Amino acid sequence: MKPDLLKKLQHITEQNIIDIENHKKNGNHAIGFYCLYAPTELAVAANAIPLPLCGTRQAPIEAAEETLPRNLCPLIKSSYGFAATDTCPFFRFSDIIVADTTCDGKKKMFELMSEIKPVHVLQLPQQQNFNLFLEPWKNEIKNLKTVMEETTGNKITLEKISNAIKLLNRERRAKKRLMDVAKAKPSPLTGTQMVEILFKTGFFADKETGIDLMNEISDECETLIERGDSPYTKETPRILLTGVPIGLGSDKVVKILEDSGASVVAFENCSGYKQTFQVDETCDPILALAEQYLSIPCSVMSPNHGRIELLDEMITNFQVDGVVDLTWQACHTYNIEAFQIRKFVNDHFHLPYLHIETDYSESDTEQLRVRIEAFLEMI
Amino acid sequence: MISAGIDIGSRSIECVILNNGKIREMRKIDTGFDPIGQAKQLLKGLEFDTILATGYGRNLFEIEHEATTITEIKAHARGAVCFFPGAITVLDIGGQDSKVIKLNESGKVIRFEMNDRCAAGTGKFLEIMAQTLGFNIDTFGIEAAKAKKDLKISSMCTVFAESEVTSLVAKGENPNEIARGLHIAVVKRAVSMLNRVSSQGPVVFTGGVANNPFIREQLARITKREILVQKTPEMNGAIGAALIAMEQNKGKEK
Repeated sequence: MKPDLLKKLQHITEQNIIDIENHKKNGNHAIGFYCLYAPTELAVAANAIPLPLCGTRQAPIEAAEETLPRNLCPLIKSSYGFAATDTCPFFRFSDIIVADTTCDGKKKMFELMSEIKPVHVLQLPQQQNFNLFLEPWKNEIKNLKTVMEETTGNKITLEKISNAIKLLNRERRAKKRLMDVAKAKPSPLTGTQMVEILFKTGFFADKETGIDLMNEISDECETLIERGDSPYTKETPRILLTGVPIGLGSDKVVKILEDSGASVVAFENCSGYKQTFQVDETCDPILALAEQYLSIPCSVMSPNHGRIELLDEMITNFQVDGVVDLTWQACHTYNIEAFQIRKFVNDHFHLPYLHIETDYSESDTEQLRVRIEAFLEMI
Repeated sequence: MISAGIDIGSRSIECVILNNGKIREMRKIDTGFDPIGQAKQLLKGLEFDTILATGYGRNLFEIEHEATTITEIKAHARGAVCFFPGAITVLDIGGQDSKVIKLNESGKVIRFEMNDRCAAGTGKFLEIMAQTLGFNIDTFGIEAAKAKKDLKISSMCTVFAESEVTSLVAKGENPNEIARGLHIAVVKRAVSMLNRVSSQGPVVFTGGVANNPFIREQLARITKREILVQKTPEMNGAIGAALIAMEQNKGKEK
């Protein structure tokens, strides 16, 4: 990719902090989110900036362990650690935290976090049976609307929600288009670059800026594809990464895979392709949000058939040669689901599969390297 | 063609020289704190056309010697198939890790699992326990086999097991029975990994721990599977590496 595009990404990332500061100085608000399940549309409809706060860095974990058990998922520890040490500007900017009862670790951690900052917790159903759970989830979203109105002092009309849905649908389409450039064989982007772009644009105060930049990068990538310009060859093994979310600071598995000669082309996780859904723009906006967000196929759902369907589609469309399933240490739901994912990948696609359980630290890099190299030898 | 394979493990380094695929020479040395220095020492005076490195030190060696590398997974799989054609399950218990590898009919690795987080259930575990009980590691298995009854060891962590053993000794328990309990604990740990990866058919057992007769016996008893061990199981990785070195070189000559 052109160096000036990466420079532009870096420049906007730095400018973004100042933009959020100014936005807040003018009496506006920012809302912190932790899970993909909470509809950020409601923050946008209240003229607030939604900020994705899931911790992806090792640095604050030690401080978090003064309060939380060591044997807990690093994402939860990192998220709490950033809050406790006040070292994340985005957490500081947030006027209120919107949290979900996604998994046991998160929901209990949020109780502790609420001593640091106001936290509004959505009761997330753990099953996607609409007959039983759509109505209560819809009520949670209605309540969230009220909370957003109270926090910002701005009235949220149905029209404002509809406009927010349209805007975020456009953002999700831009994201999907960007991720889809890696369907080209070979991909014009490295997986590490993809992670960086998705991660940084996620914090942009102005959604239009992010949409424009992602489209610009996609345009550039399409030119590269036409020219046959790629960091890889057609023979480079193409890997799909599935499982827990990753970001800058928690992308070591992507880096080791690419250092060992693979190309990570697809991300079936909530920091990647799980974000590419579209909310129905034609029906009642609250109902549309409730239906679409409840359908996200995270391993906390039981059963979680949606993940298998998404994997089925992605393994085919991205022409994948192998699947790596990443579980953060102590994430029971992804850890157990790995058994079903292995079976699906082996039986249905006859592709090599590797399950990795690790944390954010660098201490097991060499052990991971052996597993990853041996996995690539299987391809 | 003379091909060499070197397996740089965390506890020991093995080197095998093949002459057109037949073993000509085998050497072994402790890894110590300077794996590259020790590897050099081991290779002194050896001549070969091609060399391939495996084991945890392979990448260091690659830089130093312009050798190619493969993982120990592939090396052990290749070695096992050489001695036992048609093998589909390999259990390797080395100095500091253990692994199970599943192969397809053509000898290709299709699945593997490793325990490399701690010394539990590895050669190092047995070594420390032998020391604690005052046995020689080379005859530890024979001593364990002398026990008349079962004695259950519940800790698998090397540190906890050591204190458990110390307190059993203090209680006046028979050291041979404690040794038996320790061996069975190692086997049970290996069996759960074995069954997860590949639950049927004969098992090719490699790595230094495969030299221990009591581990072999208990492994066969608990799994009810045939346990296949070649004469020098600790050399299996290096032999696999030397075979692949030869095959890769032949490919290039063509």
